[in-house]
Amino acid sequence: MLNNAMNRRTFAATALAGLAVAGLPQQTLALTEASATQLVNSVVADITRVIESGKSESAMLRDFEKIFVQYADVPIMARYALGADARSASKAQMREFTKAFQGYISRKYGRRFREFIGGEVTVKNARKIKAGYEVRSSVKLRGEAPFEVTFLVSDKSGRDKFYNMFIEGVNLLLTERTEIGAMLDARKGNLDQLINDLKKTG
Amino acid sequence: MSNRIRFKHIVAVSLFAVLSACASQPQDAAARGEVFDPYENANRGIHKFNLGVDRFLFRPASKGYVKIVPDPMVTSFNNFAENISLPGQAVDYLLQGNLKQSGNALLRFVINSTVGGFGLSKPADELNLPPVDTDFGETLHVWGFGEGAYVELPFYGPSTTRDAVGVVVNLFSNPINFSPTRPADNLGVYAEVVRRMGDRGRFSDTVDSILYESADSYAQARLIYLQNRRFELARDDEDAYLGLYSDPYADTGTDPVRDPYLDPYEDPYEDPYAE
Repeated sequence: MLNNAMNRRTFAATALAGLAVAGLPQQTLALTEASATQLVNSVVADITRVIESGKSESAMLRDFEKIFVQYADVPIMARYALGADARSASKAQMREFTKAFQGYISRKYGRRFREFIGGEVTVKNARKIKAGYEVRSSVKLRGEAPFEVTFLVSDKSGRDKFYNMFIEGVNLLLTERTEIGAMLDARKGNLDQLINDLKKTG
Repeated sequence: MSNRIRFKHIVAVSLFAVLSACASQPQDAAARGEVFDPYENANRGIHKFNLGVDRFLFRPASKGYVKIVPDPMVTSFNNFAENISLPGQAVDYLLQGNLKQSGNALLRFVINSTVGGFGLSKPADELNLPPVDTDFGETLHVWGFGEGAYVELPFYGPSTTRDAVGVVVNLFSNPINFSPTRPADNLGVYAEVVRRMGDRGRFSDTVDSILYESADSYAQARLIYLQNRRFELARDDEDAYLGLYSDPYADTGTDPVRDPYLDPYEDPYEDPYAE
């Protein structure tokens, strides 16, 4: 493990200095670690570009959805958010649910884009975890103390993609699993109805 | 005078009764990221009450407050509230055995109260001192008290039995309240209410989406609070331990009881691909 070999503080300082992984002793891990960090940087750049485009809100939300699909492993996220019910769902239902979920997430979080205007994301460090890489970043919004956002990246889908995110310790996927579970309970477990309603939620 | 002391004794005794009675959560439940909510029915009742208070009182008042009062002034009032909480935080750090942070909190208080004009601005932030953020709930955590059960407090919101004790202690133990010259009794409490109004008003979209747009706002608030609180407590430990060990993650074992630093990172990395 990368962490066994080096002092974490040194590591953070190195990453901050922009040297990222080039100077680290374990070169074998460097490539994926660098690409995980790179993924975070490009998604942040893409989102910033949309926010600063000055487009209408609905056009922005469509752009956010495209970014979400491009950078995130949406099928695995949707599957996890649905929880145990994903196992009994048909293939067609999963496909429909994944599509509805992707729009719901993009609208729900995209709508708050105003809170992120002028925000700055600094990647602090990356390290290996079971499913891929953890990339820790610090987000500074205007007039607020910086807070920690952690991205989890994996290549298990065949490409480097996000599959989860933590904001000050709050697990996005787990929060959504709770929410989707509550929505499903309110519909007495009717998945088709949930899919229909999810298309209009967020 | 004797009345007052007796009242305080009763409060202290009952707080410890609460702590010992509610420490029945299996020790590693929090470590596994689980929710321990044996009082869910009562909590949901209080949640309903809190939603009513928010909808008809706190939300409109807060939105009005940030609309009428100019933004820089809201920031100043927030700074003021934060600043007068610093002596209390210094005491908490002291009780946690963290002399460095205790001194840091006091230094910030002195600088902000003088140069910063009664704490309305925060010049101490420019000094590159480590951030200060603690409470008596954290002190109890450091002393080894478990999280206890999840509780939602009337008017206050999500908490745990341990942190609820912390909230009550912090409310009545702010050293400002015992200073010989003070502008008003319980100034810290009023300042905190104003600060909360500022936050409620500024982040109204986000708070509204949790309280009013989710399918089960009680479950959402509970999950978000517990995760964030556990993260906060673990992060502070991490900082404290960075100086002692080259890497706090290097020797994480598999026993969450023996190794408290394992916890917040165990459940989060649950691998969705494994399903």
